Amino acid sequence: MDLYSTFFNVPVLLASLPQLLSGLLVTLQIGITSIICGLIGGLFLAVTRLYAPVFVCAIVRLYIDIFRSIPLLVLLIVVYYALPFVGIRLSPFLSAVAALTLVSSAYTAEIFRAGIEAIPHGQFEASAALGLSNRHTMMDVILPQAIRIVIPPLTNNCINVMKDTALASVVAMPDLLKQATQAQALSANPTPLIGAALIYLILLWPMVVVVARLEKRYSKGKR
Amino acid sequence: MSALITISNLKKAYGSFTVLHGIDLDIAQGEVVCVIGPSGSGKSTLIRCINHLEAFDADSEITVDGIAVKPGRALAKVRAEVGMVFQSFNLFPHMTVLRNVMLAPMRVRHTKTSDAEKYARALLQRVGISEQADKYPGQLSGGQQQRVAIARALAMEPKVLLFDEPTSALDPEMVGEVLDVMKKLAGTGVTMVIVTHEMGFARQVADRVIFMDDGNIIEAGPPAQIFDQPVEARTKSFLHAVLDH
Ligand SMILES: Nc1ncnc2c1ncn2[C@@H]1O[C@H](COP(=O)(O)OP(=O)(O)OP(=O)(O)O)[C@@H](O)[C@H]1O
Ligand SMILES: [Mg+2]
Repeated sequence: MDLYSTFFNVPVLLASLPQLLSGLLVTLQIGITSIICGLIGGLFLAVTRLYAPVFVCAIVRLYIDIFRSIPLLVLLIVVYYALPFVGIRLSPFLSAVAALTLVSSAYTAEIFRAGIEAIPHGQFEASAALGLSNRHTMMDVILPQAIRIVIPPLTNNCINVMKDTALASVVAMPDLLKQATQAQALSANPTPLIGAALIYLILLWPMVVVVARLEKRYSKGKR
Repeated sequence: MSALITISNLKKAYGSFTVLHGIDLDIAQGEVVCVIGPSGSGKSTLIRCINHLEAFDADSEITVDGIAVKPGRALAKVRAEVGMVFQSFNLFPHMTVLRNVMLAPMRVRHTKTSDAEKYARALLQRVGISEQADKYPGQLSGGQQQRVAIARALAMEPKVLLFDEPTSALDPEMVGEVLDVMKKLAGTGVTMVIVTHEMGFARQVADRVIFMDDGNIIEAGPPAQIFDQPVEARTKSFLHAVLDH
């Protein structure tokens, strides 16, 4: 019984719920903004890598390798606490979005590259022989086919970005986790943390299930 | 009679391995040329240079309808005038047959959708697959797919059609339907360059047969001459080998 009132204290949970929901809103804002920026950045990097001159490609590859290697928490702290020393002062929200986008772009670029490379070379040749421009080759021929291949890993990446938004709490961003820890301190009871954990679960579990379904569908169907 | 395609001193190498040793070849407007030769002799490479799917040596020169074939803006013009049909069809699998044929005119020529569709349907009729217009390539037989590929190439109203072994990936019973379409095309005045192993077809349709070996043109002439009175020993032994079985 004591355990129950410690971890699943309903009055405490109800009292902290508005705070948790406002945290959820911030988490969603950070997550969705970073996901969209990451998708655009990643697609741009992947296509650049395909068509740009060699030295630009080398820079893109360097970017991708760096941001896939650096721990997100370290990057976030560098962006928020170190950049002000060179005069770049970003708000907690922008710091979180910047760090998440930088990393997500790198992963997304790799996902798109793999998807584009999976398209048979004959599709590029047929497009070229018809006189299609690079842009039309991508938009009309390659990407619509690659999208089937990249949707499962992209969804997976979205899940990771959503999870990683929790790191924003270290730069004083009032996201779901931060709100939960504050509510916990206030009520001297860990129930808000459990509540936050449940909200993360409710948010991400469906996406995990969707990825599993997509992976199954695309692995057996279509070429 | 001025040439539609001029190829002079065409050289191409992969590293230290030379595939084409300075080919000279002029092809007239409306001419049907069949290229034959053993595997690895450079036949595909030769025709793929004509629309610059393969890059070639800087001191080589190819022109199509007076336009130099080289990377840059003019290449789009060349490619709009040169259609290509591949051994493995290379249709766009995510589009219907009709969209496959409509795509290039709409994107390259900015043809109106309704006009592109009308022309695409007419072309599909011409290659004998108008009933399949709304299917996807994967639902068609190989012979049907290759005929769609021919219609797709024709949609740009090219002056030149290049064929790289268009029937080699087909089941034997479907070879005939594709060759029939090509025979009809040969009578329409479009210039055709065809890499093929179908000697009967080459004899019947070609204005000129070119025999290649080791990256060189060994012998060229009217089909009767090449098939019945070859001069070069290599031509003789090649024909002997392929016509024997
Ligand atoms: N990407 C490449 N890298 C290295 N060598 C190549 C490459 N592509 C072709 N070759 C070589 O160039 C030579 C000519 O090839 P090509 O495809 O033009 O021959 P082909 O006459 O069309 O033969 P086939 O009848 O088998 O199609 C071959 O020896 C081939 O191995
Ligand atoms: Mg070949």
